[in-house]
Amino acid sequence: MTTAALPLPKPVKGPPLVTSEVFGMLIWVFAEVMLFAGFISGYNLVGARAPAGWWPPPGDPALPVASTAAASLALLASGVAVWWAGRPASRAAAGRALGIAVVLALVFVGYQVAEFARLLAIGFTLVSSAHGGFFYTIIGAHALHAVSAVVALGWGWRKLSNGALSEPLFAALRIYWFFVVLLWPVLFTVVYL
Amino acid sequence: MAESHAHAHEPHGHAHHEPEGWFKHYFWSTDHKMIAKQYLLTGMLMGVVGAYFAYVFRMQLAFPGKPVPGYGMVTGADYNALITNHGAVMIFWVAMPVLIAAFGNYLIPLMIGADDMVFPRLNRLSYQIFLVSAIILGASFFVQGGAFGGAWTSYPPLSAKAEYNLTPLGPSLWLIAVALEFVAFLLGGINFVTTAMNARAPGMKAFDIPMAVWMIVIASIMFMASVGPLVAGAVMLLFDQLIGTGFFDPDRGGDPVLWQHLFWFFGHPEVYVVLLPAMGFVAEIITVFSRKKLFAYKTVLYTSIGTGVLSFFVWAHHQFIAGIDPRMANVFSVTTVLISIPIAEMCFVYIATLYGGSITFSVPMLWALAFIGEFLVGGVTGIFLGASGADIYFHDTYFVVAHFHYTFFPIAIIGTFAGITYWFPKMYGRHMNELANKVHFWITTVAFNGIFIPLFILGASGDHRRIFDYSNFPELATPEMQAMRVFATVSLLVLLAAQPIFLVNFFYSMFKGKQAGANPWNANTLEWQCPSPPPHGNFDVLPDVYRGPYEYSSPDRADDFWPQNSPS
Repeated sequence: MTTAALPLPKPVKGPPLVTSEVFGMLIWVFAEVMLFAGFISGYNLVGARAPAGWWPPPGDPALPVASTAAASLALLASGVAVWWAGRPASRAAAGRALGIAVVLALVFVGYQVAEFARLLAIGFTLVSSAHGGFFYTIIGAHALHAVSAVVALGWGWRKLSNGALSEPLFAALRIYWFFVVLLWPVLFTVVYL
Repeated sequence: MAESHAHAHEPHGHAHHEPEGWFKHYFWSTDHKMIAKQYLLTGMLMGVVGAYFAYVFRMQLAFPGKPVPGYGMVTGADYNALITNHGAVMIFWVAMPVLIAAFGNYLIPLMIGADDMVFPRLNRLSYQIFLVSAIILGASFFVQGGAFGGAWTSYPPLSAKAEYNLTPLGPSLWLIAVALEFVAFLLGGINFVTTAMNARAPGMKAFDIPMAVWMIVIASIMFMASVGPLVAGAVMLLFDQLIGTGFFDPDRGGDPVLWQHLFWFFGHPEVYVVLLPAMGFVAEIITVFSRKKLFAYKTVLYTSIGTGVLSFFVWAHHQFIAGIDPRMANVFSVTTVLISIPIAEMCFVYIATLYGGSITFSVPMLWALAFIGEFLVGGVTGIFLGASGADIYFHDTYFVVAHFHYTFFPIAIIGTFAGITYWFPKMYGRHMNELANKVHFWITTVAFNGIFIPLFILGASGDHRRIFDYSNFPELATPEMQAMRVFATVSLLVLLAAQPIFLVNFFYSMFKGKQAGANPWNANTLEWQCPSPPPHGNFDVLPDVYRGPYEYSSPDRADDFWPQNSPS
């Protein structure tokens, strides 16, 4: 039993388990995962309640599975590039990898924009059916996340080349990009296949 | 490790204290205490607005067809807009900002011995987005067609099509306001959890964290887990309203019940999101005013985590009559009744804490005890509604209204008053007038029961809610039922009449109250170990922590309290 008179030794605090930047980003990604979980369960619920043979509705065009799968490879490759940039390496090498990642991400987003334009032109729109609404909302939400992540990566790239990008902040940016990349195969499976 | 991590995050630490301008101090501050006060005062203002709405529609229910003093004639559309926005304002713009944002911002850094949040600028942005959301909600009353009147649950198709709800702009503004408000609390919640994780004082281990901080952190995590699906639903509903998509339109392959699932997946955890902080305040208050250790600290902690997890599996009890499969209804009945176990456990733990203590009936203690008693009524009546068979009868009656007011009023009003009266000396360095506070406490608590006990009886006799004028329904407009409506409304008038006592006391004491000193309640937690009000940067020397927060009446000491940061 400690006696009240003896002062206890001063406690020492070790480094944090996870830096604040990374921890904050993980919570944000968690909330984002739940957002997409909401979209996906809505999509599945409406699909499950549709009469047999009516989901997707017969009038809707077939979604371009093969070309989208090809574009997905660009997105996955950019995820690999960002992972590469995060490895311990020279700042120049990290910058090059990040640049490649941004270009690959832009290829993917560019493909999505072109694909949306083509589908809209043949009459498949947000309002043409509930299926169309889900398609553009879910895939569009992912595309918006990809765009915002590309902007964030570009900003990180600039800071990195100035030498002003702290490692925890860079780690947080990478986590956000991994989220965007890894979310995509899930959405692709649910919506396209 | 020469320097703790908390110290490393110092955007405005002790090093520079250049004088700030008036605008920067009150409107552009990144100081967690100022942001907390911004949230608190905005929440109180919105509380007055929400109370005014309640006054107008309760007057209409008691005296249908007569002009309401201070408003005028109430039309059906007015009535709908008032009940809708009363619910929305009280939950999203009063309970959330005051209980979580204001107290979370104020208490977390002080209670864990940090100088500020880890992301102060994110914190400032959070309040600014919240303010914009409140302004948008207010603006929705002044657009063509008036404010949204489809209930705070905003069920489609009523909320989705202007030809049904006759308010072309109101529903969209309402949804945008709610969505922005969620973004504000997401930013706030990230801050709370990260700060509590990384910025704690040296020596503060997981079980040395005061219960109020734990509860706010758990509530924030629950909020972040539940809000995503609702934002997804809000985007889809907004598209249905503005673009004409068919997510919730059965004609076009959509499903209106989908909204109910997405809404209540958020909506039910939300009850516990606001409940837990209030439970945390009560834990702080009853330990201080019974001079006892919190009974079963770890049990309370694990119980609140359990409540949080379980609350994600009860949402469909709001939909028992929405045509869901009866087998699913059974499952949700069981989970709903199960969740009363952890809540009952918390109440028992608090009662056990009181047992054998030397109790002081100070104003915060009165509020805390009232919280336990009144919330118990709300919890027990919830069992009737959780049982799917009984719910078929009670659904959409005033029994439901009385039930959830017996949960939300203790949380958002009683819990808030407990928190404000307890921490006021810390916030402003002065005491509130005790006699005025006691008068306010008794009138408010008694009048609250006077409002809602008649509504239980009305609901059990089949009184359907959301009816604007009962004179059109002779079987619901009997003299006995009307007398109970009048009784409830008069009780509301009494309750409202008591609130200026508090408001005058609050603002008067802020400037003219008796000086409080750093630790007027002889409490252990760290916020009482710094000056009142705490300066920018909070502590003169950032504290170290040597023990848990509830070491009261230790036999080893002359004092009956033992501050967490005292080395001996």
